[in-house]
Amino acid sequence: MAESSLHQAAKTAGAKSYLQIVDVVKKFGDNTVVDHINLSIAKNDIFALLGSSGCGKSTLLRMLAGMETPTSGKIILDGEDITALAPYERPINMMFQSYALFPHMTVAQNIAFGLKQDRLSRSDIAERVERMLELVQMKKYAHRKPYQLSGGQQQRVALARSLAKRPKLLLLDEPLGALDKKLRQQTQLELVNMIEQVGVTCIMVTHDQEEAMTMAGRIGIMSEGQLLQVATPGEIYEHPNCRFTAEFIGETNLFGGHVVEDEPDHVCIHSTELPRPVRVGHGITGTMGMPVWLSLRPERVGVSRRQPVASGNWAAGTVGDIAYLGGFSIFHVRLDSGKVVKASVPATHWREEAAPTWNEPVFVSWTDNDAVVLTQ
Amino acid sequence: MMSRLLSLRDSREATARTARRSAWWQRALPRGQSLVTAIPYGWLLLFFLVPFLFVLQISFSDVEIASPPYRALLSRAEDVVSLVLNFGNYRYIFGDPLYFDAYLSSLYMAGVTTLICLVVGYPIAYTIARAPEAKRNTLLMLVMLPFWTSFLVRVYAWMGILDNEGLLNQALLSLGLIGEPLQLMHTQLSVQIVMVYAYLPFMILPLFSNLVKLDGRLLEASADLGCRPWQTFLRVTLPLSKNGVIAGSMLVFIPAVGEFVIPELVGTPESLMIGKVLWMEFFDNNNWPMAASVTIVMVALLIAPIVYLHKREEKALARAAQR
Repeated sequence: MAESSLHQAAKTAGAKSYLQIVDVVKKFGDNTVVDHINLSIAKNDIFALLGSSGCGKSTLLRMLAGMETPTSGKIILDGEDITALAPYERPINMMFQSYALFPHMTVAQNIAFGLKQDRLSRSDIAERVERMLELVQMKKYAHRKPYQLSGGQQQRVALARSLAKRPKLLLLDEPLGALDKKLRQQTQLELVNMIEQVGVTCIMVTHDQEEAMTMAGRIGIMSEGQLLQVATPGEIYEHPNCRFTAEFIGETNLFGGHVVEDEPDHVCIHSTELPRPVRVGHGITGTMGMPVWLSLRPERVGVSRRQPVASGNWAAGTVGDIAYLGGFSIFHVRLDSGKVVKASVPATHWREEAAPTWNEPVFVSWTDNDAVVLTQ
Repeated sequence: MMSRLLSLRDSREATARTARRSAWWQRALPRGQSLVTAIPYGWLLLFFLVPFLFVLQISFSDVEIASPPYRALLSRAEDVVSLVLNFGNYRYIFGDPLYFDAYLSSLYMAGVTTLICLVVGYPIAYTIARAPEAKRNTLLMLVMLPFWTSFLVRVYAWMGILDNEGLLNQALLSLGLIGEPLQLMHTQLSVQIVMVYAYLPFMILPLFSNLVKLDGRLLEASADLGCRPWQTFLRVTLPLSKNGVIAGSMLVFIPAVGEFVIPELVGTPESLMIGKVLWMEFFDNNNWPMAASVTIVMVALLIAPIVYLHKREEKALARAAQR
């Protein structure tokens, strides 16, 4: 009975998660590059593995593509264990970092490359290539060679080539890494639209948080071979679960401290860097006196000349540096403790009065819901 | 209107003047560059084109008992300078089947040598190119190692191996694989073996330098798109190494056509190759004009396919550019 219910549970889990990475480890010699990763991804999800270089995200991607074999663990795609399959046997296609287009073939031949391998009829191949060219809007360039294309065009050909075989899983390795910044921003949403149009489950690897947050429905933060947090972009930004994530995604002010009041609906944290205990409006799983970190995003910090009336959650200081960025400015406020707090204040905030200037005494403040307690 | 035109001309002249004044050293720079590029051109001119023209000129001459043993093309009698061209040598070459056969057997031997070198050399070059970088230099050194001994010594070594009492026959006899020695020396086979041996490095080196540049990600992309390793080889590696194949084949084929030493030392007396014909005309018959004509025909035979390939390449490039 128990066994059959377990079986049932496995089945429903399988229905929800299209791709399952089960306890995958990869070692190169003594060096553990991917460290017991568990991850499941739903069908038609766009998932981003985000981390700095050397965090193991590319190795994990290469294991999905079959170019590396896991030291241990399993990879299951659509109910089939593909761990031991060779790259050419997997229903998975990859868009390579610098595209890896075949230089001796035209755009159309590049896209048809994988289709020829599937032994499709000539007319089927022609039709599929035509449709892919339409999708990526490269019809005009069908007979060009890769070296005659711009970076953005090459990127679209690479996408078309990896989608042409209708893979069950699409892998993107730093999909926009080779483009310059302006083109990158423009291409991000374009790429997502194309992927959604085809309806394919997609895993991308990137070190660019903006790219991950714009394109992916869910993000996995990787560091030193481990997955630290898997969540939507919003959750990751607003509720990071550890110091690394909080610092890696966006800017933040971190304060070290310990718990002085632990209630189900709020906690108070004492930090030597702040004059009075900080009240945070959410409970934590922790104990009294345990050391924690407090993360406070710059845009959550207010700057004012008047002393706040609230009993807590503010500090006095003087303006150190000001980075004027047009729509908003970042004030570096030096507290009496010596700690510098960054506050991002929109330009519209200074309608009534002039913005504070260098060395002016100011107060920084925030509300109960602005700070996040990090226990790791 | 007028004044505007005038001022335009003035300003133009002014810029021209400043250009003249400031740019003497700038103009000296490209001159220095062209000087540098002139060196190889000068070299080719002096040591290739000029000798070639000498040979060409001799090929239109006749034998004469003199030193050098041919008639000068230009002769002067009184006020008349006459140019006498003798096409007889060429007519003789095209008329006598001996030459035709010699050319044919030379082209055949060179062709087979090139093909075998390609088939044997490609895997070697590929293995070296794919080897880890630390190992690569050692392997390349091994390919080039034979060059450190004299070519003649190496051919003699092969004679020692292929002889009736040679190492190979002795080994086969002692293993009991054959009852009596095989006739290996002085056959087409021995010429072929030694030619492949001698020219193999010239195939491996250009192939290696091409294959080492092959982007490993292209191979991964090919596997990712469903190609097994051998399919990847046929669809990606081989087409991309085309230039290396052409370069290696030319480096083997061209000198192999004129090969003289190897057929002379290990070949049969009956099979006449063009290098041997050349030698006989030059040294035995002392017929310089004939030897020169044989050379010119050989060069023409070799250059024609190269020019054809080059033209085709150019056309393909022009077509690609047009699109």
